[in-house]
Amino acid sequence: MKWRTDDKGWNPYVAGAMTGILAIASALATTKILGKTNYLGASTTFVRAAGLLQKPVAKEHVAANEYYTKEKVKVDWQFMLVVGIFLGALLSSLTDGSLRAEAVPPTWSRRFGPGVGKRAVGAILGGIVAMVGARMADGCPSGNGLSGMMQLSVSGFVALAFFFGTGIVVARLVYGGRNHE
Amino acid sequence: MNEQILGLLTGVAFGFLLQKGRVLRFDKQVAAMRLKDMTILKFMLAAILVGMVGLHLLAHFDVLAFKHKPMNLGAVGLGGVLFGAGWAVMGFCPGTSVGALGEGRWHAVFAIVGMLVGAAVYAELYPFFKRTVLAWKDFGPIGLPETLGLSAWLVIALFWAICLALFAWFEKKRL
Repeated sequence: MKWRTDDKGWNPYVAGAMTGILAIASALATTKILGKTNYLGASTTFVRAAGLLQKPVAKEHVAANEYYTKEKVKVDWQFMLVVGIFLGALLSSLTDGSLRAEAVPPTWSRRFGPGVGKRAVGAILGGIVAMVGARMADGCPSGNGLSGMMQLSVSGFVALAFFFGTGIVVARLVYGGRNHE
Repeated sequence: MNEQILGLLTGVAFGFLLQKGRVLRFDKQVAAMRLKDMTILKFMLAAILVGMVGLHLLAHFDVLAFKHKPMNLGAVGLGGVLFGAGWAVMGFCPGTSVGALGEGRWHAVFAIVGMLVGAAVYAELYPFFKRTVLAWKDFGPIGLPETLGLSAWLVIALFWAICLALFAWFEKKRL
């Protein structure tokens, strides 16, 4: 086990443990400062962002939609958290020289070739299915996985098992098994 | 401090750690699902192990309350399957897609576009899901300790033991 990865990243156990501390500090800070406890999550923001993007062209439709009304289309704490993830990743990658323009991920390229079009279709279709699933399950690996399991929520454990269980099967079908390269 | 600034600062720290842990990469996420490289699982489980203890201490002293997401069988089951399938093809989850864009992997834009469309699709289909999948069986917001009839600290100790054994196995197998 190494403290640094080959490309100057941090040991995942250490970075993960620090994320655990961040999750505790964040729950405490939101409770004390905002008067309500917020847990780390990301997928609800995609609902709010989709609503915000639709609003200029279909204001009444968004206002009448039950789900948008339930989740509230607005730039809230979690929305800014997701914006922050972008900025934090940018900052971190600038500090260790790992910022890199990448058009197609290497694993995808080895399996489907370097074409951007194919990658775009795969990512968009995968994204649609994944987000429908995440909203149905009421959370993604952050909200259900990290936050749910930290609280020992039954739903967190079950959701993560389904996420990974299905992911393992589908990844095998799409990219081949572990010995296939 | 206002809500948005607090969210932004927390997000910057979260994104920084995700990037340093190298868990934002498409290749790392797919490699975990192909059982070749467990970086993202190490990161997640380490975060959960530490966060679990701190949050339970805070809850124990009534500083904060838990918000369990409902254990709705159809929702978590079918939703979990759909998410897992989409995740394998997309190679990102919602939080990491945005972070991947931050570290220059601009193809993450396609995943983000797909997920925005998916969110809009879900919003349109919500009334239908509410009558069907979401109405199958809802056990409500339940925690593992009360479900198992064990103390939370015992469940935490067991979870730590299982994860540490798993970590030892990952290191032995160089995953």
